[in-house]
Order: sequence, then structure tokens, then C-alpha cells
Amino acid sequence: MRTSRAGQYAALLAYLVFLAFPFLWLVSTAFKPPQELASLHPTWIPENPTLANFRQAFDEQPLLDAALNSLAAALGTAVIAVLLATPMAYVMARRRTRLARAATGWVVVSQAFPLVLVIIPLFLVLKNLRLIDSMTGLVMVYVVWALPFALWMLVGYVRAVPRELEEAAAVDGAGRLRILVSVTAPLLAPGLVATALFAFVTAWNEFFFALVLLKTPEKQTLPVVLTHFIGAEGVADLGPLAAAAFLATLPSLVVFALIQRRITGGMLTGAVKS
Amino acid sequence: MRAVLTGRGAFTTMTGPSTPCEGADAVTSVTEAERPAARAPRPGGDRRVTDRGAWFLVLPALIPILILSVGPLLYGILLSFTDAQSGRTEATRWIGGLNFQDLLHDTLFWESFRIGLVWAVAVTVPQFLLALGLALLLNQDLRLRWLARALAIVPWAMPEVVVGVMWRLVYAPDAGILNETLRDLGLGDGRDWLSGLGTALPAVVVVGVWAGMPTTTVALLAGLQNTPRELHEAAAVDGAGPWRRFRTVTWPALRPVALSITALNLIWNFNSFALVYVLTSGGPGGRTRLPMLFAYEEAFRYGQFGYAAAMGCVMVAAVSVLLAVLLAGRLRGGEAA
Repeated sequence: MRTSRAGQYAALLAYLVFLAFPFLWLVSTAFKPPQELASLHPTWIPENPTLANFRQAFDEQPLLDAALNSLAAALGTAVIAVLLATPMAYVMARRRTRLARAATGWVVVSQAFPLVLVIIPLFLVLKNLRLIDSMTGLVMVYVVWALPFALWMLVGYVRAVPRELEEAAAVDGAGRLRILVSVTAPLLAPGLVATALFAFVTAWNEFFFALVLLKTPEKQTLPVVLTHFIGAEGVADLGPLAAAAFLATLPSLVVFALIQRRITGGMLTGAVKS
Repeated sequence: MRAVLTGRGAFTTMTGPSTPCEGADAVTSVTEAERPAARAPRPGGDRRVTDRGAWFLVLPALIPILILSVGPLLYGILLSFTDAQSGRTEATRWIGGLNFQDLLHDTLFWESFRIGLVWAVAVTVPQFLLALGLALLLNQDLRLRWLARALAIVPWAMPEVVVGVMWRLVYAPDAGILNETLRDLGLGDGRDWLSGLGTALPAVVVVGVWAGMPTTTVALLAGLQNTPRELHEAAAVDGAGPWRRFRTVTWPALRPVALSITALNLIWNFNSFALVYVLTSGGPGGRTRLPMLFAYEEAFRYGQFGYAAAMGCVMVAAVSVLLAVLLAGRLRGGEAA
């Protein structure tokens, strides 16, 4: 029994190394001076840690603009997606109409089609609306693209609000709107926040749509600007690239740390209840 | 992909919070008992009012979905039967199945399609096995489990572009940690992994596995929590070894989740784009040119919208076949259970 425990710990350790080492290497590279990056025997811990790579990264590419663009896209997507999805999720969770079933089906189907089939028509449609190369157009696309999982999450959270509470309020004479505002909404608030944060990370990390839909360099988001560090021949200045990539990841990691418990924990409680 | 990334996120959250509260059924029966009574005096009238209320709640999400998701999808299918090109002034013409005929003889595309299938399977299978192992470990009462759980989802939180960048640093020929480790272990001088004809695809597959592990692990972990603990204990008392307990108790409970996440992983991986775009942009010599990269170049580098849309249609068809096979498997499993 004891040996099998030891085996389990060894396996767990192997997993931890596999999962963590690329990120640690990224951090290490980001803080290394150019001489060490050129050395044939790179070390895990920089011998002379420096912030030079960060300075150079900001000099080479409009990182600050890119971060602000990403922030705008992510915030816009999070707020609008939750606002649009909540009423629909409420209907999907509380009624078994054909509409709700069709919506659920679409959520699944929307996962299956390749973006390339959607991006060409989207490009043409947005061009006609003069929304190519514009943050408005990008956020519109992101919102629709974030809706499927926003709906999935929210339907779960609405179902978790006991109907009895709403009905008790109705018996006490509260109107429909009143019930939604003072009974359902407060109980749903943590779910709304988690969904919004998830939509935020989705939009912050997204690459393909931003690559196709944004042309002007000043309008591009962080992931697209990051790829500019890699030259035409695939040659990259590793130091600044690592520094910029590290900075671009921090917001996602922070937000994910906030909702991590909700992602794993939510699944666990869900499983226990069913 | 994984919707792409984020598509990745979708599945787990689906199985997550959407499962709770079937307990609401008791209440449902109450409301359903009421409904006919309310309808009786004024047939249909009341119902229509509430339906209109429902539509009113649904429309804010439904209209954008129809305009920017369902619409473009149908439009895209239509485009594949035209000669649409970017920046052309003459009107786009309907050319029937010509794009598909051309596609049939486009050996480059089929090569890319083959690479896409190889990639999808080569990523999905290890992804599943590794994630299953990790999920089983995380389901045990081990110390440091919290750390492992947190770390296990880090790749999920990272932008795909950053994942690509990160692994470029790992694979870098001189300053990369992989070659340095190999040198330390005396396993030769290492190589330029991402530009070697033979190593590029395997190197990229490893990254794909790494990037997709979190969603799979979290989904499987949730499934594991569903396996009845008492059955497990009973089986142990009866003297069943770990393998036997896994096969007879754990796996039957895990099967539906395992099938769903594998189906989604296959789709997501087949449609994957950002990772490989950053790692190799399809090189060397097209060895890692996934169908999405091929179609992207066709559409936005060469401006062949109609032709690229036809490629998209072929990819949808391939994905549908994969899905059908897996869903059939799931139904059969359901009957057996």
C-alpha cells in the first residue's frame, strides 16, 4: 500500500513538472540578459536578471496600445455577453419550450463548425457595415462567439436557484419583475460574475478573429501584436518576445485564479447534486 | 479552435453547473399541474401571453446569434458555390460545384487534410489518456492536490498565442531548455525541432496535448465524482484489484463524459489554428499545415473566398462524420447501460 502511494506521488510530480516547466522557462527567459540568451548553455535561473527585455519589448511594439485594445475588447465582451445571455438562459432553464431546446442544440452545433466557414461571410458582412478594422465589429463577433458557453454556464446557475423561493415571493404578492430583481438576481450574482470573467478571458486570449478583422497596427490586440515579434523567416528576438508574452498572460492567470474554484468546485457540487 | 480556445472552455462549464438541480422536478410537477387549470377558461390565451414574454427575453441574444452566427454559416455554405474573391469589382457568379471539383484534384489540400486528421487523432488520444491519469490522481486524497489542481488548469488560462511562444522558447535550438537538457543527459546535441522535416509535426503535437489537457482533466474529474463510492468500496471488499475496480465500477460511470469530451477534443483539434500558426505557420514545407491554416491562407492571403469556403464545407462534413460515429457509440453505450 505504501509503495503504491509513493508511486502516486511520483506520477503527480511528473505531471506537475510537465505542466509547469514551459511556463517557468518563459519567465526565466523573460528576465535574461542578451548574453545569456545567446549562450549555448542556458540556465534555469538567470545569472544576471534584468528588465531590459521588457523595456525593449515596449520600444519595439505598441504593447501598451495593444493591452488597452485587448482590455476594451474583453470588458465589452464580458458585459454585453452577460447582459444578452442572462434573460435567454433564464428562459432556457425555467421552461421546456421548443425554443429552449433549439437554443441548446445550437450551443452544441456551434462548437462543431470550423471558424474558416464563418469568418469569410463575417468579413464580408462587417465590411458592408463598415465595421472591419473596428473595435465595435470585433466586440460584436466576440459577444456572439462567447454566447454559447455563457448560456451553458448561466443555465446551470439559474437552475441552482430554487424555484420555491420565486414561488414563495409570488405568493407574497411580488410581481414578476420584482421577483427577478430582488429574489433571483442576488442569488445569481456570483454566477453572473463567474460567467463575465470567463467571457473576459475568452476575449482577452482570442487570436483568429482579431488577426483577420483588425488591420491597422494601432488597433490590434495583444495576441496579434505578440506574433509581430516573430519575424518573417520565423526568427524571433527571444528576450522581448518572452517578456511580452509573460505580461500578456498575467491578466488571464489572475482572472482564472479568481474563478478557478468555481470551475472545478462548480463541477463537483454539480456532480454531487445530480 | 477550441471555439477555438475558448471553445475549449465551453464544455467543462457545460457539464459543470448545468447538471445541478434536477431536484427542481418536484416543483415542476406543481407548476405543470397549474398550467392546464389556468388554460381551461381561456384556451390558449394565457399561454400566448407568457410565450410572448419568453420571446421578449430571448430576442436580445437570439438576434445577434442569427445575424452573426447562423446567418454567416449559411452564407458561407452558399459562398462555396460561387467564385467570390476578395477585392474584385465584377459581380460574384454562381458556379455550382466547380470549387468542389477543383478541390477534389487539389493534392495540396488533401495533404493538409490528412495532416489535420493525423494531428487531431495524435493529439486527442494522448490528451485523453494523460488527462485520465491526472484526473484519477487528483481524485485521490493526496497532499499537494490543491497545487496540482491549480496548475492543471494553467494552460487553459493562457492565450493560445502565448502557449505557442512559450514552446518556441522550449524548442529553441540554442537557448532552448529541451536541447540543453538533452545535452546534459548526454543524448546528443539536440536539433532544431520546429524546422526539422521529421520532428516538426511530433513537436507540435506535444504542444497540442499540453494545451488541451486542462479541459479534458476537469471534465473527467467531474465525471469521476459521479462514480458511486459505495460500489467502489464494495468491490474492494470483494477483493477486486485496482484495474478490475476501474473497469467494472469507474469506467461505466465515466463513459458518457469520456465520450463527450473526446468528441469535442477531436473537433476542436481538427479545427485548431492559433497554436500551429505561432509555432511553425504550417512549415517546414507544409508538414504542419493544418486545414484551417490552409483555408486561412487561401482566403486572406490569396483572396479566394469561394474556394476557401468550399474547404470549410469539406471540413464541416468531416467533422460531422466524426461526430456521427462517436454519437452512435454513445447511443449504443446508453442502450447497454
